[in-house]
Amino acid sequence: MTDVSYKDLSINGLWKNNPAIVQLLGLCPLLAVTGTVVNAIGLGLATIMVLVISNSAVSLIRGVVSDAVRLPTFVMIIAAAVTCIELLMQAFTYELFLILGIFLPLITTNCVILGRADGFAAKNALGPALFDGLIMGVGFTVVLVILGALRELAGTGVLFANMDLLFGPQAVNWQIVVMPAYQPFLLAILPPGAFICTGLIIVVKNLIDSTIKKRQNALKERPVKGSKRVRVTGAVS
Amino acid sequence: MALLRLTSPHAHGPMSTQRVMFCVLLATVPGVLVLTWFFGYGTLINIVFGAAVAVGCEALALTLRRRPLGFYLKDLSALVTAVLLCIALPPYAPWWLIAAGVASSILLAKHFYGGLGYNPFNPAMVGYVVLLISFPVQMTAWAPPRGLGPVPGFLDALQACFNPAGFDGITMATPLDVLKLNNSFLIEDLWSENPQFGRWGGVGWEWVNIAFLAGGAWLLYMRIFTWHAPVAMLVSLALLAAIFYDGGSSASGGSPLFHLLTGATMFGAFFIVTDPVTSAVSLRGRLIYGALIGALIYVIRVRGNYPDAVAFAVLIMNFAAPFIDYYTQPRTYGHSRKRGES
Repeated sequence: MTDVSYKDLSINGLWKNNPAIVQLLGLCPLLAVTGTVVNAIGLGLATIMVLVISNSAVSLIRGVVSDAVRLPTFVMIIAAAVTCIELLMQAFTYELFLILGIFLPLITTNCVILGRADGFAAKNALGPALFDGLIMGVGFTVVLVILGALRELAGTGVLFANMDLLFGPQAVNWQIVVMPAYQPFLLAILPPGAFICTGLIIVVKNLIDSTIKKRQNALKERPVKGSKRVRVTGAVS
Repeated sequence: MALLRLTSPHAHGPMSTQRVMFCVLLATVPGVLVLTWFFGYGTLINIVFGAAVAVGCEALALTLRRRPLGFYLKDLSALVTAVLLCIALPPYAPWWLIAAGVASSILLAKHFYGGLGYNPFNPAMVGYVVLLISFPVQMTAWAPPRGLGPVPGFLDALQACFNPAGFDGITMATPLDVLKLNNSFLIEDLWSENPQFGRWGGVGWEWVNIAFLAGGAWLLYMRIFTWHAPVAMLVSLALLAAIFYDGGSSASGGSPLFHLLTGATMFGAFFIVTDPVTSAVSLRGRLIYGALIGALIYVIRVRGNYPDAVAFAVLIMNFAAPFIDYYTQPRTYGHSRKRGES
């Protein structure tokens, strides 16, 4: 394939082609488990790891697998990676594993992962494929975490609750009570809140994009003022 | 000489949005007065505060969307939404509850979708459901009606709204709550055991419903809406209640008259179901739309988890309104009855 610049890959994964808010892929976990920051980070890390493993593996075997059987092969690879991650989480972060529940095995069916495997890793060398998996995963995770923070804040008035589930006992005190005596706003924690918050994040992203575009247009050289058509009547000065 | 040539139709519609909305506001007056009589000043404070928040939210949304402020504020639609929502809220609701509900109605249900006329869901009911699923405790705390408990004075009502922590309110189960939790009494015994039940419906509630019925009848007389949707809703609700009345056994869902005159039945039938934006358009479609809302109200009231069901039933049928319209397109003059033939 042609050369890929790592800078372009980063911009694509984090902003221009962000899997969660531009491609709108993998919405199922995005909407289901981002009720708190810790859930979002947990699922995000798992997704990053699966993306990196599956992208590298797919890239390595891209010359061997024929086109006809490529999708089943990719799914097998992804499923194997997900199983590994699931077992790891079960071993090290058991409580978080219980909270995330079915959404961990469901990473297998996350369209982001199959999309990157088929759309990028299957056509690129190991280095770029691995980097693409990492940066796409990070882009996805950043959105998950923002969404988790918004929903946790709106839903309970607290940030970073239960971080010890993921980071061990030293994280017990990371909880920040932003609004004391806050009446829990259940809607934000329920799935409709996820839809509304995701919509708002997309709005903000599009707003930023359109502002940047406007500024760039303003900076461009303006064409010479006045009509370029040939004047055919009246006095020619 | 240039002649002014007019082509038909020449009919002039005197109904502006502003006039329709103003009529709806006027028609809520008897209901609000009766609510205030039975439950105290809470409802009035709800409405005044809610209306102020609604105008603020509307102005904010219009500014952000760069729409003319005066033109859209003058159509009174935001006020109607706020008033309808605040009537549905329990009296003595804390201020943040009202503000959150009105903001969800105006911003989420109305302006996110493009403003008046573009909203697929009834804004007041969206606000109500947002509150009901988010704050179930505050939303189900109804005060006892006059005659069954003390009715707080004006200052107490103000305090309940703006300093909820300092207000010691009394709440009482509504008749629908009592009926919902009943699993052993015959209907007759239930009515004699519980003071909440009045002559036909609940104490106070029956008069509230009759007042809203009167307001609705006036709107019908003024031709603000057609009779189809509300009548279909009331008939289907009464019919289902009659079929499943079960002779007043302990498993009974209550009598038809009870269902017609309790909870938000009349308010829903004449002020919510008749919303021209979110209901079905054709007359036949409105009959189906109203009848299905009535059926859903009965099913959710008797079998669901929530005591009253008008908001849920209306939102569910708002989803279905375009679908109903698709299948009930009126025959155009000169075309045959069969679809697709001319």
